[in-house]
Amino acid sequence: MTKLNSKIPDGPLAEKWTKFKATTRLVNPANKKKLEIIVVGTGLAGASAASALGELGYNVKNFCYQDTPRRAHSVAAQGGINAAKNYKNDGDSVYRLFYDMVKGGDYRSREANVYRTAEVSNDVIDHYTALGVPFARDYGGNLDNRSFGGVQVSRTFYAKGQTGQQCLLGAYSSLNRQISKGKVTMYSRREMLELVIIDGKARGIITRNLVSGEIERHSAHAVVLATGGYGTIYYLSTLAVNSNPSAAWKAHKKGALFANPSFVQIHPTSIPQLNDYQAKLTLMSESLRNDGRIWVPKTKGDKRHPNEIPEEDRDYYLERRYPAFGNLVPRDVASRAAKERCDAGYGVSETGLAVNLDFRDAINKQGKKAIENKYGNLFEMYETITGTSPYEEPMRIYPAGHYTMGGLWVDYELMTTIPGLYAIGESNFSDHGANRLGASSLMQTSGDGYFILPYTIGNYLADDIRTPIIPTDTKEFDDAEKEVKDRLEKLISIKGKQTVTSFHRRLGKIMWNHAGMSRNEQGLKEALQMVKELKEEFWNDVMIPGELEELNQELEKAGRVADYFDVARLMITDALNRTESCGAHFREESQTEDGEAKRDDANFMYVAAWEYTGENKEYKLHKEALIYENIEVKVRSYK
Amino acid sequence: MKVKLKIWRQKNAVSKGKFVTYDFDGASPEMSFLEMLDALNTTLIQKGDNPVAFDSDCREGICGACGMYINGYPNGPVKGITTCHLSMRYFKDGQTIVVEPWRAKAFPVVKDLIVDRMAFDKIQTAGGFISTNVGSAPDAHAIPVNKSKADDAFDSSICIGCGTCVAACKNASAMLFVSAKVSQYALFPQGKIEAKERVKAMIQTMDELGFGNCTNTGACEAQCPKNISIINIARLNREYFSAKIN
Amino acid sequence: MSSFLGSSVSKKFVMAIFGLFLIVFLLVHLGLNLFLLSDNPEPFNKAAHFMASNPIVKVFEIVLMGGFLIHMLWGIILQIQNWIARPVQYKQMAQTQISFFSKYMIYTGGIIIIFLLIHFTNFYFVKLGLVEGDHENFYGMAHELFTIPAYLIFYLFSFLILSFHLNHAFQSAFQTLGLNHNSYTPTIKFIGLLYSILVPAGFAIIAILLYFSN
Repeated sequence: MTKLNSKIPDGPLAEKWTKFKATTRLVNPANKKKLEIIVVGTGLAGASAASALGELGYNVKNFCYQDTPRRAHSVAAQGGINAAKNYKNDGDSVYRLFYDMVKGGDYRSREANVYRTAEVSNDVIDHYTALGVPFARDYGGNLDNRSFGGVQVSRTFYAKGQTGQQCLLGAYSSLNRQISKGKVTMYSRREMLELVIIDGKARGIITRNLVSGEIERHSAHAVVLATGGYGTIYYLSTLAVNSNPSAAWKAHKKGALFANPSFVQIHPTSIPQLNDYQAKLTLMSESLRNDGRIWVPKTKGDKRHPNEIPEEDRDYYLERRYPAFGNLVPRDVASRAAKERCDAGYGVSETGLAVNLDFRDAINKQGKKAIENKYGNLFEMYETITGTSPYEEPMRIYPAGHYTMGGLWVDYELMTTIPGLYAIGESNFSDHGANRLGASSLMQTSGDGYFILPYTIGNYLADDIRTPIIPTDTKEFDDAEKEVKDRLEKLISIKGKQTVTSFHRRLGKIMWNHAGMSRNEQGLKEALQMVKELKEEFWNDVMIPGELEELNQELEKAGRVADYFDVARLMITDALNRTESCGAHFREESQTEDGEAKRDDANFMYVAAWEYTGENKEYKLHKEALIYENIEVKVRSYK
Repeated sequence: MKVKLKIWRQKNAVSKGKFVTYDFDGASPEMSFLEMLDALNTTLIQKGDNPVAFDSDCREGICGACGMYINGYPNGPVKGITTCHLSMRYFKDGQTIVVEPWRAKAFPVVKDLIVDRMAFDKIQTAGGFISTNVGSAPDAHAIPVNKSKADDAFDSSICIGCGTCVAACKNASAMLFVSAKVSQYALFPQGKIEAKERVKAMIQTMDELGFGNCTNTGACEAQCPKNISIINIARLNREYFSAKIN
Repeated sequence: MSSFLGSSVSKKFVMAIFGLFLIVFLLVHLGLNLFLLSDNPEPFNKAAHFMASNPIVKVFEIVLMGGFLIHMLWGIILQIQNWIARPVQYKQMAQTQISFFSKYMIYTGGIIIIFLLIHFTNFYFVKLGLVEGDHENFYGMAHELFTIPAYLIFYLFSFLILSFHLNHAFQSAFQTLGLNHNSYTPTIKFIGLLYSILVPAGFAIIAILLYFSN
C-alpha cells in the first residue's frame, strides 16, 4: 500500500487546489530554460500541455504517431465541452458540476481530482475563446450553451457537431505558436516504444521513426503521457483505427500502476458493422434518441423490410422495459438492452447485430422539416455511409466501444507511480469513475494539459534544476533500445500465415463478447484462456511483410496488437476482481431482480490499481480507498 | 464485386514509383473504399507481398489523414466527402479504378499513396495562431462576437488540413487552406490584433514551400470535403493587401 | 515594395489590376473601331491622330503598353511557377467540374499575344514609325486588311479566343482583388459573361461588316 499516496492536499474540498497552487514549489524562469520535458501525444491533453509548458519556458519535445499533431483523435469528439460558467443562470456551479461527475461516475472517482477539474473548467472555456475557437453564439454575441447527457443544467459549450475538432485546432494553434518560438520541438510520425528509467525516474523514451524505421533515443527531465485510452481493444470501436494504449502500456510494464482497466464506456448509438472488413464504427449522436424510437421485430428472424413490419409485430423494447424513461435511458442501460435483444436472436440486418432507430412517428408528428432542422447533418452522414436515408426507413444502430475511464494511476499531481512520469487526459484514470458523462472528456483533458499539469510538474522539477541535460549514451538507454529492437526483430521474423488485423479482430471479438457490455465470471475466465491462446498463436503465426527499416504499417499494428493481448489480460483480471456492477462495468452476478446494476460499496469503493509483476505472472492489486466527504453516496437511479 | 485497381506503388521517397494493376474480386458495395483497400492488402500480405501503404486514422471524415486521387478526382467521384467516406457502391462491377497519391512539389510522396503534408504545419507555424498565454484570457463573455461573423469563422475553421485543395488545383496551390485559417482569425476581434503579421507570414511561408499560385479556377472549392468556399480566398487577398498598404 | 511584387498574392494583384485596365481599354478601342463603319474616313483618322498626338493619351499609352507587357510577363512567370509546383502529373486527367476557360488561360493568353504582335505590326508599329505605312490613313489600312479572307478568319478566331480569356478573366480579377460577396458576385459574374461575349462580338461584327462592305 505504500505505493499509493494520492497526495491530496488537506483542507476543505473547495480550497485544496488553491492551497496547492499557493504552496507548491516553483522553478524560476532561468532554470525552466534548462529543463526538458517530453510530451507524448498531441490530442487535447498533449497539445495543451506542450504549449502551456512551452509558454512557461520549459523546452518541450512533443511526439505523435500521425503525420501532423492536428489529427489526434480528440478531433472526432462531437457533442461539446462542459464548464460551470452558469451563463444560463440556471443554478450551475462548480460544486454542481463536480456532483454530477461523481454521481455519473457511479462513485468510483476521486473527489479532489474531480472537483479540481470542475474548478478549472471555466478557465478552459475562457482560454479556448481567446484562442479563437468558434463556439456557437447567440444573437447578442454571447456564447450559447446546450443541455447534454441528461443533466439538469445547460453547461455544454459547442461548435455544431465538431466541438472536439475546434478545440483541438485551438490547442494545435497554441502548440504551433510555441513551435515557432522554438520552445516546442515537434516529432511527428514517431511512435513511443519504450520508457527509459534512470535511477528510478522517468528520463526518456525510445521511439521508432515511422517513415525510416530508425530507432531513436530522446531524453528529458520528465515524461508526460497524453496517449489516450485503449478502446480499440474491441477492434471495432468509435476510435481512430490507429488509436492505441501501447505507450501507456510500456510505462505500466516499467512500474506504473494501471487503475480500473475494466471501466470501458460503450456508446449505444453507433452505425453497426456493415461488412467483415470494417475497421471502425461511426458514432451517431446520442441526441437522436430524443425523437427516434428503438425497436426490433417481435418474431425471431423476421426478414421483412422494416417499413413493412406492422406496429403489432414491433417490439419497442426500451419503452416496454423502462416505461418511465423509454428511449432516453442512460447509455449503459440502452447498450445492454440492445445487446440482450440481439443475443436473443431478434437483431436486424444480415448480421443480426443491429436494432432499428425509427423516426417515422416523429416525422409524421413534427414534419420532415422539423426533423431535418434537428438532425439534418447526422442523417446525411448516415446516408453517406450506409446508402439508406433515415427519412425513408429506420436507422440501424448498435453499441460500440467508445471511451476508457480506466488508465494509468496518478496522484493529485497527475504523476504516476514512476517519479517524473505523468499521465494526463484519457490516459489516466482519475476523473470519470466507472462512467463518463457526455462533454466532460474535452473539459478534463484540456484542464489537465493547460491548467493542472503546468503547476504540478514544477513541484517535481524543482528538485531537478541542477540536473544537466540527460545524456542518451548511457546503459539505461542502451538497454531500452535493445529491448525495442529485439522485440521488433522477433515480430518480423515470425513470418507466419495470418495478418495482424485478423488477430486484432479475433481479440476484439473475445473482449466484446466476454468483457464488453456485460460480464460474468465464467465468461471472463474463458476469455482469459482464449486471450492466452490467441497470444501464443500470434507469436507463432503472425505475418508481417516488409522490413524494419522502412515505413511498415503492419509492423506498427503488430506491436500494438501484441500489447493488446496483455492489456486484455489485465482488463479481464480487473473485471474478475470487481464482482460488483458499477457504471459501465456490469457483472451479471451483481444485479437487482429487474436486471439493473447493483453496486457493492461495502467491498468495492476503491480504485483497483494493478502492478505488473512480469510476463504471465499474477498481477498485484493495490487499493486506493475512495472517501466521499462532500457528497452523499446514493444508488444511481433513473426511474 | 470485381474491380481492376491501378495503384501507384513507390517504395520510399527516393525510389522511382510505378503503377501496379490488381484484379481484385473481394470488393463489395457496402464496403468503404478504404475497407476495399484493407481487403486488398489482406490478400497481398497473405501472398507475402507488401501491402499498399496509405494514411487513414479516424475513418469518420474529420481527422484529414486519408486522401488519394481516385479516377481523376481527389477523394473520388462523390462531392463533399473524404476518401474514408467514399463507398464502393459508387463503382461498377468490373470498373477500372486508378489510384494515385496527391501530386504536388510541396507534398512529396513518402510511400505508395502516403504523402508528406508537413508543409501545411509549417504554414500554420508561421502565424496560424492567436498569441495568448494560458491564464491570461479574459472571461469568455468579455468580448462579444457578432453571431454571423462567428458562424462564418466556424465555416472557415472546419478545414481538416487534408490537402484536397492542393491535390485538386491544377496549380497545386494551397490558397484555400491558408485562406480558411486566415479567415477564421480575421473574423474574430481577438484575432485582429496580429492579423497583418499573420497573413504576411503565412503567405510568405506558403510561397517558400513551393505551392503554386491561385488562378481562381475553383477546383479546390468543388472538391473540398468540408465545402469551404473560395470567398475565403477573396478575404485572404483583402487581408493581405490591407496588411501591405498599412 | 519588392516583397509586395514578390509574393504570389501580390503578383496576382498586379495581374488583376492590369487585366481590368486592359478590359477597360478594350471597350475604348471598340468605341474607336465603330468609326470604321462610317463611309467617311475622317472621324476614324482624326481619332487615331488624337490618340497618337495628345500628351495625356501619350502617358496612358505608356501605361497601357506597360500594362500589356506586365500582364503577359507576370502571367508567364506565374504559369511557370504553377508548372513547377506539380513536377509529377496525375496519370488520370482531372475530372473536377470547373470552368472550362479557367483551365486554359495561358494558352488563350498566348494566342492573344500572337494576335497582338500581328496587330501591332499592322497598326501600332506603323504609328511609331517602326514599320512602314501611311500614318495618316489608318482607316484605309484597316479597310484594306479586312478584304483579305485569311486575315479576317484569323481576326475572328483571335476574338473568339479573347472571349474565352475574358470569360474567366473578368470575374477572376474581382476575386483576386478580394471582391467576392455572396450577394454581389453573381452579378459580377453575369456582367463578366456579357462582357466576354458582347465586346469580342462587337469587334468581330465590325470586321465582318468591313469585309462585306468592300
